[in-house]
Amino acid sequence: MSKEVNLETAKALGIIPEEFDKIHEILGRKPNFTELSIFSVMWSEHASYKNSIKWLKTLPREGKQLLVEAGEENAGLVDIGEGLACAFKIESHNHPCAVEPYQGAATGVGGINRDIFTMGARPIAQLNSLRFGDLKNDRTKWLLKGVVKGIGDYGNSFGVPVVGGEVFFDDSYNTNPLVNAMSVGLLKKGKMISATSGGVGNPVYIVGSSTGKDGIHGATFASADITENSADDIPSIQVGDPFQEKLLLEASLELNKTNVMIGMQDMGAAGIICSTSEMSARGKCGMRVDLDKVPLRQQNMEAFEILLSESQERMLVVVKKGQEKVVEDIFEKWDLNCAIIGEVIAEDRLLFYQKGELVADVPADALVLGGGAPVYDREYTEPAYYKEYKKFSIDQVKQPEDLREVAWSMMKQPNIASKKWVYEQYDSMVGTINMSTNFPSDAGVVNIKGTNKALALTVDCNSRYVKADPEKGAAIAVAEAARNISCTGGMPTAITNCLNFGNPYNPEAYWQFVGAIKGMGAACRKFETPVTGGNVSFYNQTTIDGKTVPVFPTPTIGMLGIIEDKNHQMTMAFKNKGNMIYLIGESKNDIASSEYLNSWHKIKESPAPWFDIDVEYKLHKVVRGLIKKNLICSAHDVSEGGIFVTLLECAMPRGYGFDITSDAEVREDAFLFGESQGRVVVSVTQHRENEFIDFMMDSKFPFSTLGHVTKGEMRVDDVAYGFVEDARKEYDEAIEKLLNEGGK
Amino acid sequence: MKFGVVIFPGSNCDHDMLYVLRNIMEQKVVELWHKSTDLQNVDAIILPGGFSYGDYLRSGAIARYSPIMEKVIEFANRGGLVFGVCNGFQILCESGLLPGALLHNENQKFICKNVYITVVNHSTCLTRGLTDERALSIPIAHGEGRYYADTATLKEMNENHQILFRYCDENGKVSKESNPNGSIENIAGICNLRKNVYGMMPHPERAADDELGNTDGRIMFESIIKSMKQKLCGIVE
Repeated sequence: MSKEVNLETAKALGIIPEEFDKIHEILGRKPNFTELSIFSVMWSEHASYKNSIKWLKTLPREGKQLLVEAGEENAGLVDIGEGLACAFKIESHNHPCAVEPYQGAATGVGGINRDIFTMGARPIAQLNSLRFGDLKNDRTKWLLKGVVKGIGDYGNSFGVPVVGGEVFFDDSYNTNPLVNAMSVGLLKKGKMISATSGGVGNPVYIVGSSTGKDGIHGATFASADITENSADDIPSIQVGDPFQEKLLLEASLELNKTNVMIGMQDMGAAGIICSTSEMSARGKCGMRVDLDKVPLRQQNMEAFEILLSESQERMLVVVKKGQEKVVEDIFEKWDLNCAIIGEVIAEDRLLFYQKGELVADVPADALVLGGGAPVYDREYTEPAYYKEYKKFSIDQVKQPEDLREVAWSMMKQPNIASKKWVYEQYDSMVGTINMSTNFPSDAGVVNIKGTNKALALTVDCNSRYVKADPEKGAAIAVAEAARNISCTGGMPTAITNCLNFGNPYNPEAYWQFVGAIKGMGAACRKFETPVTGGNVSFYNQTTIDGKTVPVFPTPTIGMLGIIEDKNHQMTMAFKNKGNMIYLIGESKNDIASSEYLNSWHKIKESPAPWFDIDVEYKLHKVVRGLIKKNLICSAHDVSEGGIFVTLLECAMPRGYGFDITSDAEVREDAFLFGESQGRVVVSVTQHRENEFIDFMMDSKFPFSTLGHVTKGEMRVDDVAYGFVEDARKEYDEAIEKLLNEGGK
Repeated sequence: MKFGVVIFPGSNCDHDMLYVLRNIMEQKVVELWHKSTDLQNVDAIILPGGFSYGDYLRSGAIARYSPIMEKVIEFANRGGLVFGVCNGFQILCESGLLPGALLHNENQKFICKNVYITVVNHSTCLTRGLTDERALSIPIAHGEGRYYADTATLKEMNENHQILFRYCDENGKVSKESNPNGSIENIAGICNLRKNVYGMMPHPERAADDELGNTDGRIMFESIIKSMKQKLCGIVE
C-alpha cells in the first residue's frame, strides 16, 4: 500500500492520462497501486475491447439458432437440434507464443477449452489457425516446432481431437507469429452454466490449481507491440498443466449435474480480478474476497499479484449457500483445490482483504466491457499501397514457358504442401468422433453420436487477400469457410472470429481493421452466419530498430456448420478411374494475390482475387443440392494454389490421377494456378452424368467439363505432368525437408 | 459377460472404450475408479488410453501404484482377462504383468495416424477372430510407444508366441519403413506367458464404429466376447 501512485505509475501500467482521470472520478479518490493494477488489466485492450467494440457491434449477432448473444457468455452457443447445443469459440495466444512458443501455445489451448467447459459443455473438437514467418529462418523453425509441440502436448493429454486447421507462412509474421485456437463443445440444451453471480451470502469458491506469480500483467503484455525487448516479459507467460485441466473438466461437468451452481467462470486473462468483476457485473452484485484464503504456489505474494495472476487451470464458482459439501466432495474426488475465498454481497463493489486489511475497493461494473470500461473511436486512413496494388495487371507478368515446372514447384511451397508434419503430432482421433480421418473433406466432420447429425468445422483466412483489400479479403474468408462447409455437405450456421491486427493507434492498421469488419459483416449477413463471439488481438507488429512492420491483417473465421444427415457427408477424394471431373463456377483470367504470383514470380503487390458474393452464395447452394441428391462423388473447392492443387488434393487420398483440358478463354497459368473465387471441382460417375447435367442446367449456374479421373497419371491439355504417387512424396515431405535444412 | 473399464485421473480414451463396449458391442460395462478396490465381479478388465496422473514421469509409472491396480494384478494372476490399450499397455508393462517397456518414439514426437498391423499369434482370445491374413488398419496416437525388451526376453517371447501384432505395410510386409515408432522387431502388441493379459499400442476402439469408416478393430472385441462365452479364457471358478 505504500507504493506511491501517480501518472508515471499509471503510464508504466499502460494507462493513459485520461483513463487515470476517469479512475479517479469513478473511485472519488486516488486509486492505490493494487486498484490501479486492477484497472490497468481490466481496461487493457485484451479484456475491454475498448478500441474495437464500436466496430464489433456492427457485425450481425442475431440468428434463430443462437442461444446466447455474442459477448454475453464465455463462448457462443448454438442450438443444433435433438435437444443439444454447441458452444464454440476461437481465441488468440499470439504474444506469449512470440516469446515462449511451447508454453504460449499450450496455455492457448488450455484457455480456449476452459471457455467451453466453464459453460458446462464437454469439448469434443479443436481446430487451430497458425501463421509463421519465412520457414527458412531458424527462428521460424524454432517457433513452429515449439508451437506445434505445445498444442500437441496440451491437447493430447487433455484428450480432445484436433479436427482441422490451417498453417500459413509469410515474412510479415517473422517475429510475431499468430496462434489461434478454437474449441467446440456439446451440452444438453438448458444445461448451460452462466458466468454470473448472485444471492447475497452465497459462497465464492476458487477451484483447481494454486495461484502463483506466473502471467502477471499478461493481458497488458498482450496489449502492447512485440519488440526486441519482449523476451524480458517472460514472467508474463503462463505455464500449462493439462492434467490439472483434465481433472478440472471432469469435476466441473460433474458439478453441473447437481443443482447447486449459481455461476462459474474460468480464470484466463487477468485472473481473479477478471472473474470476480465480470461475474459480479453480470449478476448485478458484488463480492467480498479474502485473498489470504486463495491457495498459493508461492509465499509472500502481494495483493495485486494474487489478483492479476494468470496461473492456469482455475475456476471461480459461486454456489448456493448450504450446498458446500456437494461441491467439496466433487473436488475432493478429483483431488483438486477447492477453497471458499469470499461471498456475494448486494452492492456493486469488490472488496479485497489481505491480512485483515482492505487492500482494494472497486465497483465491478466500472471495470468491465459494457459497464465503465472506456470505448474509443479510433482514426483510420487508407494506406497508399491499397491503390498501388490495384494497378496490377496480369499482362505485366509473362507466362512461364514450362508450366509443368511451375506445378512441381507449387506442390512444395510451404503454403501448399501437406501439413502432415504438423497435424500428425496432434491426436485427431480421441473421442472417436472424427469422421474425416478416413474420409478427408474440406471441413472437419464431427459425429454427434446417437443422432443422424454431424458438425462440419473449419477455420479459414487468406491474409494475403486481406492485406491487399481488407473488405474483400475478410468477405472471402467468410465465403471460403462457408464453401468448405458446403462442400462437406453441411449448412453454414454461425461463426466465431479471431481478429489479429496491428497497433490500433496506427491509423493505417486501424483502416485494415475497419475494412475487414465491414467485409466480414456483409458476408456473414449474406450467408446467414451470425457472429457468436471471438477475440481481438491488436498490436501484432514488430518494432525493430524503430521501424514498425505490421503482420498481414488476419481476421480468422471459425465456422460451424450442421450436416443434417451424416449419410450425406461429402469427401474430396476421387473415387474411381473414369469418373468425370467438372468445374462448378467459372475460371477467370486472374492471378492476383495467388500463391503462384507470390512464390513463382515473387510479386507481392496485387489486389485481392476476383470475388462476387452473390455468385459465391449461389455456388454453395448448388453444391449442397448436388450432394443432397447424390449426384456427385467428390467435392473440393478451389483455393490456394488454384485448380491444379485442388485436383492434386482430390487425387492423392486414393492414388488416382486426372486428365483435363484447360479453358481457352483464360491464360493457362491463370487457369491452373489462379485463385479467382467461387469455384468447386466435383467428380461424377458415368451413370449419374445425365442427371448431374440436368440439375446443373436447371440451376443456371455456370459449369464446365474439366476431364476425367485416371489411374494415376496427371495430364493437362495432353501434356504429361507426371504421376500422383511421385507428387504425393514431394507434397508430403516438403515441410519436413525445409525444417531439416540449415536455416539462416 | 461384464466388462470393467478402469478410470485413472487423466484417462481420456475411457469414454471411447465404454462407448464401443456398451453401444456397439452391446455388453454390460462398469467403470472401475482408480481409488476403489472393488472389481464389481467383472469378467474382463480393460485399461484404456490416456495420460494417467498426467504421465509427467514415465507413462504408466504412477498408475501401477493405484489401489485398483493391486486388484487388477490379483485378477490377472488368477487367470482373469486383462487388456491394455496405449496408456493401458504402458501401465501393464510398468506393473510387471507384461514384459518389456515402452520408450519415447524414435523421432521424439507424438504420432497420430492410421497404421497397419499384422497378426502374429492367431490363437489368443484377443486374436482368435482375426483369421484372414490381411493387414489391419488401426490408428496409433502416442509419444511413448517404442516397444523394447532385452534380447533374452525377446527370444523367450518369440518362442512362447507372446508377440501378437507387428507393424507392417498395407500388404502385410513387416519392414523398417512400416515401423512408425522404432519398436524392436516392429512389435505393436504382446501378451503374457499365460496368454490372459494383452497389451497393444494401436487403438482398436478407434476402429470399431461404422460411422467412422473403419471397423478393423471391432474384430478384436468380437473375438474377446466370443472366446469368453466359449469359456476359452477368463477365470474358471
